[in-house]
Amino acid sequence: MNGSRAVPYWLELMLNSAAPLLWAALVFTVPLTLLSFALGLTLGFVVALIRLFGPKPLVAVMRFYVWIIRGTPLLVQLFLIFYGLPSIGIVLDAFPAALIGFTLNVGAYTSEIVRAVIGSIPNGQWEASYSIGMTWQQALRRTILPQALRVAVPPLSNSFISLVKDTSLAAAVTVPELFQAAQRIVATSYEPLIIYIEAALIYLALSSVLSALQVRLERHFSRYGGFVKASS
Amino acid sequence: MIALTDIEMSFGELAVLKSVSLRIAEGSVTALIGPSGSGKSTLLRCVNLLEIPQAGALAIGEDRVTFAPGKRPERDAILRVRRQTGMVFQNFQLFPHRTALGNVMESLVAVLKWPEGKARARSLELLDKVGLADKAEAWPAQLSGGQQQRVAIARALAPAPKVLLCDEPTSALDPELAVEVVEVIAQLAREGTTMLMATHDLRLAANIAGEVAFLDGGHILETGPARALFAAPVQERTRQFISSLLTQ
Repeated sequence: MNGSRAVPYWLELMLNSAAPLLWAALVFTVPLTLLSFALGLTLGFVVALIRLFGPKPLVAVMRFYVWIIRGTPLLVQLFLIFYGLPSIGIVLDAFPAALIGFTLNVGAYTSEIVRAVIGSIPNGQWEASYSIGMTWQQALRRTILPQALRVAVPPLSNSFISLVKDTSLAAAVTVPELFQAAQRIVATSYEPLIIYIEAALIYLALSSVLSALQVRLERHFSRYGGFVKASS
Repeated sequence: MIALTDIEMSFGELAVLKSVSLRIAEGSVTALIGPSGSGKSTLLRCVNLLEIPQAGALAIGEDRVTFAPGKRPERDAILRVRRQTGMVFQNFQLFPHRTALGNVMESLVAVLKWPEGKARARSLELLDKVGLADKAEAWPAQLSGGQQQRVAIARALAPAPKVLLCDEPTSALDPELAVEVVEVIAQLAREGTTMLMATHDLRLAANIAGEVAFLDGGHILETGPARALFAAPVQERTRQFISSLLTQ
């Protein structure tokens, strides 16, 4: 090592590994996060609607699904999908396997959020909608969901931010995402402290973007002030 | 003409309405009075099928719906009835995510599929009628209780229902704010709006309503012109109840 260098060694190492780390984040971590959140939220919405309004046997199926997913470690679920399913003839590439695992996971957790926020809207709002002639679908879409969405922003943001960090588990099923890229650099540079700090900083930056988005969404949804009071 | 015939309604084991029949002439205002738990609200809610009775029949305009235990009327029949009735709730139930104007426009835009401009014009007229033209862009949370209830009345009137159902429209308001709601309802009555209201408010029941029906324990014990019923009730139970209202 040369002590007269203008750039300290740790910074040089960080700068040199920035490109592969950011590339892995851009090509794997971000798409995996966005896709599995979008699919997972859609799944969670459907599961929540079934649990709130569906027929009893289907409700039981959905409860079973949520029970299994919430009750077992995400890492074990990913291993089952990627390493386990080939035993019964289902062979998936790493990325789709991870995508399925994260989607199922997000679906279970967000279904509970969606169920809670829809349930939190007073029954009177359904009745007011019906009283002006709306169908169930219209009441849900035009009256209930817009109000529920507002309440859902903070808990859904929690799930989203957790997901960004959880995608690092995909490294264990051979997805070359941000954390795996960091591991590979560590394997040649023998500088785990510096490289993992760098990886952590990139995760922090990604979740900070989401936190900022949450603030904007909350501001958007709070424009109509508090909920209506029963009397003045 | 709206006619309820032999309506039976129970929640589980609890029979709330027992063979209730009531006719409401077009242009009339009928007050439902009676002690708490007598079935007033439930009866109102049977008229727009927020509750589905187990027996009896409901006729409104051209439509007639008959009820049987365990058999829900078909969806379109329910929607047709709801689209001919408007409802004002005790606790307003405005849509908090829509402005006053948005609340009134909602049925026109979402249900009747009116073009935006036409819906806006009619809604502004209605807000003007309830004295809130200047609050069109206000959110419900920015309005007083009385103002919210007046917006709710405009919202219920927007699709020009055959009957306006009012469930204790003034009971969540302090007396001063209730006055402005009473005035709006009185004005509607003078204009010939058909109304059926459940109320403890003597200003509504004795001064505005032409007809009164007294409910007790799920039965209609007595009906008649408001003046006659308040001045000389036939039934002892009605007399008791009216004197309890007067001593409030």
